[in-house]
Amino acid sequence: MAQGVMIIAEQRDGDIRKISYELTSEGKRLADASGQELTAVLLGSNIKDKAALFGKYGAKKVIVADDPRLAKYTTDAYASVIAQIVKAAGPAILLLGASSQGKDLAGRLAAKLGVGMAQDCTKFAVEGGKLVATRPIYAGKAYAQVSYDDSYPNMATARPNVMAIIPPNDALTAEVVDAAFTLDDSAIKTKVVDAIKDESGKVDLTEADKIVSGGRGMKGPEGFDVLEKLADAIRASVGASRSAVDAGWRTQNDQVGQTGKVVSPNLYIACGISGAIQHLAGMSTSKYVVAINKDPEAPIFQKADYGIVDDLFNVVPALTEEIKKVI
Amino acid sequence: MNIIVCMKQVPDTEAQIKIGPDGKSIAENDIKWVMNPYDEYGVEEALRLKEKFGGEVTVIGLGPKRVAESIRTALAMGADKGILITDPALDGSDSLAVAKALAAAIKTVSYDIIFAGQRGVDDDSGLVGAAIAEYLDIPQISIITKLEVSEDGKTVKANRPVEGETHVVEANTPVLLTTQKGLNEPRYASLPGIMKAKKKPLDEKTLESLGLNAAEFGKDARKLKIVALTPPPQRAAGKIIDGDSPQTKAAQLAKLLHEEAKVI
Repeated sequence: MAQGVMIIAEQRDGDIRKISYELTSEGKRLADASGQELTAVLLGSNIKDKAALFGKYGAKKVIVADDPRLAKYTTDAYASVIAQIVKAAGPAILLLGASSQGKDLAGRLAAKLGVGMAQDCTKFAVEGGKLVATRPIYAGKAYAQVSYDDSYPNMATARPNVMAIIPPNDALTAEVVDAAFTLDDSAIKTKVVDAIKDESGKVDLTEADKIVSGGRGMKGPEGFDVLEKLADAIRASVGASRSAVDAGWRTQNDQVGQTGKVVSPNLYIACGISGAIQHLAGMSTSKYVVAINKDPEAPIFQKADYGIVDDLFNVVPALTEEIKKVI
Repeated sequence: MNIIVCMKQVPDTEAQIKIGPDGKSIAENDIKWVMNPYDEYGVEEALRLKEKFGGEVTVIGLGPKRVAESIRTALAMGADKGILITDPALDGSDSLAVAKALAAAIKTVSYDIIFAGQRGVDDDSGLVGAAIAEYLDIPQISIITKLEVSEDGKTVKANRPVEGETHVVEANTPVLLTTQKGLNEPRYASLPGIMKAKKKPLDEKTLESLGLNAAEFGKDARKLKIVALTPPPQRAAGKIIDGDSPQTKAAQLAKLLHEEAKVI
């Protein structure tokens, strides 16, 4: 009988990624709700000293796969090792992050394990021993509630920035164990030959706590200067609408929306963005939305918690100064 | 070099999505069906590789008969032939079942590179590409924005943006690549292209003709069950901040964000 909740933590270059704590916190909540225990799984190289940390977030056990071949994420090595760990432990629920790593892994691992897999979920519950997941579809134009057949584990990825992180408790500890696995070099068919850091040095939009975004109303690439200044003042990342990206003002990496990134920040400030349905879909899980636009009829105001109808080139610099006064 | 492009037909991204009467699917009336935008990058990249290396581009779609129209669009762009897997038993299949059927059809064609869109803009699952690679036991590189293929066509090097950096990943062919916006600018079908496409081969396959067992497909065989679809949660009406100048409005907003929303 499948038992327990398992989460797959993430590290990059030896640093534990934030999504790992989101998964541990949510995993603990689901484990408590179903009277089960939480196991965290950590893959990497020289990573074992980081494992105990997951105990403070409620993991009862941490399974560590420590191997130089796991230093950098590759689909084949990670899918193979995780599949072995999952088969040995037999969890009822398996959670990963809907990060670039988790999304790459999810299809491969689900096919390997032959189980149902729910991508990019924003809410979980346990009913009758099965995971029930809520996931936005059509980029958030509809929500699907999904559950599983009788095969285990029930597998899902959690959207970054959505699951609340519980405060760590120093009194809690986890048993740290080495994973038993075999890994054949010839089975690793891809190789990461280079990793190029983004020039902006800012947090990726999918993980950002705050986003300042600009659209057609920015009038040109230099229009984004005012947004960059506001972003610097509040430590936000800068996003863009599709029209700003298609006009060549910003790179594809900055696009928010149905054919760009789906984001869930605490604060989303939309400047000069009218709010096409595809854009609204990409930012609908933001907690607070601010719209600044000259056009009072712009659909973005229907989705905004706070709106200012005025010229953004006057409002945004003033807002930057006012914010500096209050923080 | 033989290239396969997996193609899904999806509602146009302009479409308003309404829930159907069963509460588990979308209302399909008034929907304009198009090629999944992410698959267009796969078609374009396949055509560019064909122009350089020669060979054949095969587009494989799955679904009801209307999917043939989107395959014809790819043929009009320049692909050589199409395969449509169509079978009433496929209705309501989940991602893994779809991947299984596509993998079975892919095995009937010779291939060096397979392209699939990084996700369908309908279900947003992004599972099919990786699952096909698993079923074919070939490597995958997902969500790529740049591709280089060696002169001998034996190795690929792809850029894959991950949070805060871009990984450059290498693999030997055969390989499956999932395509992201930024990879290229897909061409439009030309008028002569559209005329030619009408004469290009488009084979229909059923589950049986692919040697598959219909019982493993369709709604009842789903491993991921749909409980219900609902409209998205509505945001409560917001506050429009009034004031006699941009400065006074900005000052009020700063105060609200700090004191009421507590986000700064």
